[in-house]
Amino acid sequence: MSEGKHDAQRGVAATPVGHVVPFKVLAAVWGTLLAFTALTVAVAGVDLGRFNLEIALAIATLKASFVLLYFMHMRYDRPMNAIVFITALLFFMLFVSLALLDSHAYAPDLIPGYAPALPQ
Amino acid sequence: MTGAHPEHLAHHFDTAEQQFESGKLGMWIFLATEILLFGGLFCAYAVYRSIHPEIFVYAHRFLDKALGAINTAVLICSSFTMAWAVRCAQLGRQRALVRLLVATIALAACFLGIKYIEYQHKWKEGLLWGKYFRAKLEQPAGPPTARPTPAPTPAFNPDERSLIPPAAEGPGGLAKRGPEPLLASSPGPPKDVQVFFAVYFTMTGLHGIHVIAGMIVLALMLVRATKGEFGPTYFTPVDLAGLYWHLVDLIWIFLFPLLYLIR
Amino acid sequence: MANIDTTTDAGGRGAGQNALGGDNYLTHGRGLKSWLFTLDHKRIGLMYLVVILSSFLLGGIFAMLIRTKLLSPGNSALMDANTYNQMFTLHGAVMIFLFIIPGIPAALGNFVLPLLLGAKDVAFPRINLLSFYLWVTGALIALGSIVTGAVDTGWTFYTPYSTTTNTNVIAMVAGVFVLGFSSIFTGLNFVVSIHKLRPQGMTWFRMPLFLWGIYGTAILQIMATPVLGITLLLLIAERALGIGIFDPALGGDPILFQHFFWFYSHPAVYIMILPAMGIISELVSVFSRKHIFGYTFIAYSSIAIAVLSFLVWGHHMFVSGQSLLAGMIFSFLTFMVAIPSAVKVFNWLATMYKGSIWLATPMLYVLSFLFLFGIGGLTGLFLGALAVNVHLHDTYFVVAHFHYVMFGGTVIAFLGGLHYWWPKMFGRMYNELWGRVGALLVFVGFNTTFFTQFVMGSQGAPRRSYHYVSQFQPYHVLSTIGAYTLAIGLVIVAVNLAHSLFRGRPAPANPWGGATLEWQTSSPPPHDNFPTTPVAGDPYDVEAWTYDGRIGGFVKKAPAGQPAAS
Repeated sequence: MSEGKHDAQRGVAATPVGHVVPFKVLAAVWGTLLAFTALTVAVAGVDLGRFNLEIALAIATLKASFVLLYFMHMRYDRPMNAIVFITALLFFMLFVSLALLDSHAYAPDLIPGYAPALPQ
Repeated sequence: MTGAHPEHLAHHFDTAEQQFESGKLGMWIFLATEILLFGGLFCAYAVYRSIHPEIFVYAHRFLDKALGAINTAVLICSSFTMAWAVRCAQLGRQRALVRLLVATIALAACFLGIKYIEYQHKWKEGLLWGKYFRAKLEQPAGPPTARPTPAPTPAFNPDERSLIPPAAEGPGGLAKRGPEPLLASSPGPPKDVQVFFAVYFTMTGLHGIHVIAGMIVLALMLVRATKGEFGPTYFTPVDLAGLYWHLVDLIWIFLFPLLYLIR
Repeated sequence: MANIDTTTDAGGRGAGQNALGGDNYLTHGRGLKSWLFTLDHKRIGLMYLVVILSSFLLGGIFAMLIRTKLLSPGNSALMDANTYNQMFTLHGAVMIFLFIIPGIPAALGNFVLPLLLGAKDVAFPRINLLSFYLWVTGALIALGSIVTGAVDTGWTFYTPYSTTTNTNVIAMVAGVFVLGFSSIFTGLNFVVSIHKLRPQGMTWFRMPLFLWGIYGTAILQIMATPVLGITLLLLIAERALGIGIFDPALGGDPILFQHFFWFYSHPAVYIMILPAMGIISELVSVFSRKHIFGYTFIAYSSIAIAVLSFLVWGHHMFVSGQSLLAGMIFSFLTFMVAIPSAVKVFNWLATMYKGSIWLATPMLYVLSFLFLFGIGGLTGLFLGALAVNVHLHDTYFVVAHFHYVMFGGTVIAFLGGLHYWWPKMFGRMYNELWGRVGALLVFVGFNTTFFTQFVMGSQGAPRRSYHYVSQFQPYHVLSTIGAYTLAIGLVIVAVNLAHSLFRGRPAPANPWGGATLEWQTSSPPPHDNFPTTPVAGDPYDVEAWTYDGRIGGFVKKAPAGQPAAS
């Protein structure tokens, strides 16, 4: 195991920080991600009725979890990093859900056709 | 601090571990801001798709699923090479690190190349956003439903700051238009198809800008890596750049099914 | 006048108290480059203070022009109606984006946060400097819009007007976008600093409450500002590229713009008030000479405010086309968000109860804050009630409400904090009499200006209106008189502080008897903040400090049975 050039030159003892993900894990995650991509394309060709969107999002979420946990180290990191990320997701979902709720509630009340003239 | 002080330890940190963990936390916080930034666009997508699903189902057919899937695979591979590169930095394998960074940048360029092909096709066909939408969509057989001609606009005072002329007949925006037509017997293309492309171009465009920014950051890492700056005690910049790159991949993982695989 | 030994050697009476004559962060390294490329959080904080106070002056000038015009209800030679629209837009945009949002965190927080943590700097000093230069860049771009076609949309940039007006919206909005990143990076820096740089013994619940306030603020800066970023990008795309996302003629939705905009801008007002509340927590304990009451409640309330503030944005949109269902949800949540703020106010009052109140200038600002923020907060509840909102929306009542919370709350606390930490930052004491005169004039002028507007607004006077019906003229005249009084008060404050830089008596290390760590180093501090790393104790143990007339400041009491410490 060779140290960074500068540290070796200064004779400072190398104390590695951080966890190293085994190569096997990285390769396995890579394979899984490609497999799930193929799956999501295949599933899109099949009509699953009203669950199409949910299933596509579920597969995407699964893929995302693999990237987060293994490629981005979340599985081996301090929990605070995960808390930060999940908090962002929660605020995002809050925003989307209230905006959706509101737009659905007022959409039937809009007056169609009452709008400024189309720009020339 | 007395004694041998590692070169990369800043004066306000006590240990290298504290510094490293601070850097990681800082980067995760930055990624959180990126989530919220793209989140606005995902929100616009959600609102428009839920009110007018017919626009999205109709218009997404103009996107090339194969190219989208290839691009997804390309980004996944680039994430793999990036994670592998971080591992090599941690283990002090400088040559492998350099090669993997090059590979990641090359895959990113490939992604952009495919995106360019897609954009070019849209441009040619006039499948653009908002006011630039000029594609010829197939019309149903039979006389098309006449769109009411706009009332003539009265002259307005040019001293007014606003350019909005007085109201006239126009499309209904987000208004629901009567009973939803069944898709199978749809009388033709839905109104306001350009909404889909507005959403498509803003989402993929912002994502593409982030890919370019990522390539620049990775190029900087490459330069430093060739100079041998990274090793087991100091690989933080590579790690943080990697986190950013994985986020770019993450966003595309969601963009792909939402834009390309709508049923 | 007590003499202070200005030497910094260890030992000896007054040692380590004042460092003006010796080596401190101001003298450590000279020349313009040592400032422009500094990584010292104290210098960055100072540079922020200068530019932020300059922005306050600029925004204030716009305000005085508006109030002067409003002396008369009709056309005015001072400005025409279109220019008036530009004036209130610029007043709002400059005050909000250049002054009050960066305000306390950047100017005071940057200086004080590492000191409160007993640390040498923030977690990322280079990002700190980057934040500053992003501020400068954003400010230049935004102010550039003034000369190329000043925006007249109101600081809220509502579509469709903002997408069609032929003033330079893009420049202003681009400037604000850059300013947003300055804010994000400051928040990021503060969160990591608080997580990672706390010293031994300083657990989360032994942290000064100002840090809890800053932490809550940072959560908002990190989570809310990016949504403003995407909103502004989309606005630019609408104007420049005709994206059509907010334009009904192209299938878009203008109410969506409002959802996007207020999702940031409501948390933004809590970005403004949380640091201010943090300052009040510090001041009220020190100047009541009493331990803060209800530390845990105040700490948790900062987080509660931060989280709840994300749930109420729709209360700006009750009459804009938002559905009634959403309106009811947001109204209910608005009432909820008032609760943690009230918790704080009650705890501050409980701290003062049976304390030994010291009416120094900072304390006068605390008392002003309690009164003015109380009014501001309560009037927010009136506005949060759906039926009442229908009458009060877009009237002067709203204007008065937000000035009471933003000025009466944040700016008053900012002035209090500035007077509190001034001796630490500059090693000088200001003149106490003129400090009090300034505070009093500001209080009287402020209330005259804005209480009148509550009355006007409840009678239906619309805001953002160049012309008004003559029945409101007496109110407008009174309000303008108040504005001039307020301006005079602020001038007195400014002159008093500036004068102290040249003639103020040298300040001791702990002029106010605070128990937080910044008072355990000299005034001004050395470059590295502390000669030796301080030991964290109870940040509100103010009773452990006693006044020493020989140095004109406070020293730690000796343990029982030993002679007083020197």
